[in-house]
Amino acid sequence: MMRLERRAVPSRVMVWGAPLIALGLTLLAGCALFALLGVPVLAALHAFFVEPLTSRYGLGELGVKAAPLVMIAVALSIGFRAQVWNIGAEGQLIAGAIAGGSVALALYEIEAWYVLPAMVLGGLAGGMAWAAVPAFLKVRFNANEILTSLMMSYIAVLLLSLLVSGPLRDPDGFNFPESRLFHDAALLPRPWSGTRLHAGAAVALLVVVAGWVLLSRTLLGFALRVHGQAPRAARHAGFRASSLVWFSLLAGGAMAGLAGLFEVAGPIGQLLPSISPGYGFTAIIVAFVGRLHPVGVLFAGLIMALSYLGGESAQITLGLPLAVTGVFQGMLLFFLLATDVLIRYRVRTGTRT
Amino acid sequence: MSDVWILTLLTIVTAATPLVYAGIGELVVERAGVLNLGLEGLMLGGAVAAFAVAHLSGSATLGILAGLAAGVLLATLFAFLTLTLQSSQVATGLALTIFGIGLTALIGQSLVGIAFGGLPQLSVSWLSAIPVFGPLLFEHDILVYGSFALVATVAWFLSRTRAGLVLRAVGDSPESAHALGHPVIRVRYAAVLFGGGCAGLGGAYLSLAYTPMWVENMSGGRGWIALALVVFAVWQPGRLLFGAYLFGGIGILQLHGQALGLTWPSQLMSMLPYLATILVLVLISRDGGRIRRNAPASIGRPFHPTL
Repeated sequence: MMRLERRAVPSRVMVWGAPLIALGLTLLAGCALFALLGVPVLAALHAFFVEPLTSRYGLGELGVKAAPLVMIAVALSIGFRAQVWNIGAEGQLIAGAIAGGSVALALYEIEAWYVLPAMVLGGLAGGMAWAAVPAFLKVRFNANEILTSLMMSYIAVLLLSLLVSGPLRDPDGFNFPESRLFHDAALLPRPWSGTRLHAGAAVALLVVVAGWVLLSRTLLGFALRVHGQAPRAARHAGFRASSLVWFSLLAGGAMAGLAGLFEVAGPIGQLLPSISPGYGFTAIIVAFVGRLHPVGVLFAGLIMALSYLGGESAQITLGLPLAVTGVFQGMLLFFLLATDVLIRYRVRTGTRT
Repeated sequence: MSDVWILTLLTIVTAATPLVYAGIGELVVERAGVLNLGLEGLMLGGAVAAFAVAHLSGSATLGILAGLAAGVLLATLFAFLTLTLQSSQVATGLALTIFGIGLTALIGQSLVGIAFGGLPQLSVSWLSAIPVFGPLLFEHDILVYGSFALVATVAWFLSRTRAGLVLRAVGDSPESAHALGHPVIRVRYAAVLFGGGCAGLGGAYLSLAYTPMWVENMSGGRGWIALALVVFAVWQPGRLLFGAYLFGGIGILQLHGQALGLTWPSQLMSMLPYLATILVLVLISRDGGRIRRNAPASIGRPFHPTL
C-alpha cells in the first residue's frame, strides 16, 4: 500500500525535479497514446518534438507561439500566488485584440510612427477593461472571480464575432466576417527574415525580467505572496486585499490584452472571428508548470509552444488530429500536479513502521 | 395557449436538464468540501462516450450508461489527484477541463457529422392527453424524469439520512469528522465520483437528446454555468432545480428569440446566459453573510489525515 509521509521541510530538489519527472511521464504517456492511435511511435515523436525545430522558420514560430504564453503566464502567476484566480485571460486577450485592432482600423488611412504605440495602448486598455469587470465584482460584491472572468471570456468571443461580421467588417470583403488587412504602419516589425518572429518576443522577455523583479525585489511582490499564503497575516500587516485583487487582475488583463494585440498586429494582420488557439487557457498551464516563477514560466512557455507546433507538424506529416495538442497539455499539467506531491511528502510503500 | 408556446416551454425543459444533472452532482461534491472545477471536461467526456456508444450499439440506454461511466472515470482521476495526492483542487479542476476538451475532440473526430435519433419520449398515455399540461408534464424522455427524481433523492439524502449528515460534517469540518472516526477521504471520494457520474449524465443528455449529435466542445460553458448555479442555489437542491430552469429559459431565448419577436444579432442573444450568470452571481454573492452561513466551511481545502 502506498502511503504519504509529510516532509519536515519541502524538498528543494523536488521543486525543480517534479516538473522534469512530469515531462518524462508525459512523454511516456504520449508514446502510449500514439501507439493506441496506431501511429508509429518514433515517427510521431520526431514529428511532434524534433521536426518543428529543424528549420529557421520553425524556430521563429516557436518564439511566435511562446511570446503570448509567457507574457500572460507571468502575469497570471503573480495573481495565482495571491490566490486571485484569473481564469479569463482568453477573454482579456480577445478584448485587447478588439481594442487595439479597432485603433488600427480607425487610423487606417494614416501611415505614421504613432499608429503602433496607439494600438499598444488600445490593447493594454482593452485587456484591462475586460479584467476590471471581475475585479470590481470581486471587490465590491465578493463574486467569485473564477466564474465571472470565465463568463467574460465567452462574451468576448461572441463580441469579436459580432464586430467582425458587422461594424469592423472589411467593406470590400464580400461579406466575409473579417476586417481589412492592417496597413504596414500597423504591423509589428519582423527582425528575423524568413520567419514570422515579431517584436512581441522581446517584450515577453522583458515581462519575465519585470515579473521577477516585482515578485522577489519589491514590497508589492511580498504583499502578494503573503496574501496568498496567509491572508489574515497580510491583513494585519496592513496589506489591503482589495488592492491586491485589483492589481492581480489588471496585470493579467494588461498582459493578455497586449498579447492579443501582438497576435493581430503580428502573425495575423487583421481581425478574424478566431484569433487565438486558446493561448489564454494554455497560459494557466504554463504558469503552474513554471512553478509560478517568471523564469520557470519562460521554460514552460517554450515547451507549450513546442506542443502547439508539434501538433501542427504531426497533423501535416502523419494526419493526426490537432486535438492531440490539448491532450498533451492536459496530461502535462496532470502529471505535474501528481508529482507536486513529492515536494511536501515522501512516498513510502509497505506498512507503517 | 398556442402550440408555439408549449414547444418553447418544452425546449426549456431540454435546456435545463443537463444543468440540473451537472449542478446537483457538483452540489453534493461541494457539500463534502471539494471544489471540482472540471465539470466542463466531465460533461464533454459523458457527451462523447454516450454518443459513441449509442451510435455504435444503436442503444440509447447503453449510451446513457456509457456517459455515466465516462463521468465517473474522469472524476476518479480528479479524486486520485486531489484526495490521495493532495494536489490543488483549483488547478486540478482546470486541468481536467483542458484535458477533457482535448481528449474528447480527439476521440470524437470520427463522430462529427453523424446524427442520432434522440431519446424516445416516454409518455404516460392517459395523462399526456390532458391539453397543455399533459405534454408539458408527462411527455419527456427518461433522463428528464430521472433529473427530478435525482434532485428529490439528493435533497432527502442530505437532510434526512445519517449518511447525508456525515457527508455534510465532512464538508464543514473534516478535522472533527475525522476525530469522530468518519472516513473523510472515502466520503469525499464517493462524493466526487457521484458528481462525476451526474456530470457525465448531463453530457449524455446534451449529445443524445438536446442536440442529438457530437460537436467538438459542445458543452459550450454549461459546466461553468452549473458551477455558478450551485452558488446561486446557496447549496440547496430545490433552489438548484429552480435555477437550472431559470437558465434553461434564458438559454432558450436565443433559440426562439426571433419567433418571439426579438431581432437582436444572434451573438447578442448567445451572450445572455453568460451575462445572466454574472448577474446572479453578483446578486447572490453581495450578501456575504448568507454565503458564509450556507457554504460548506472547508470547501476547496485539502485534508490529510495525519493519525
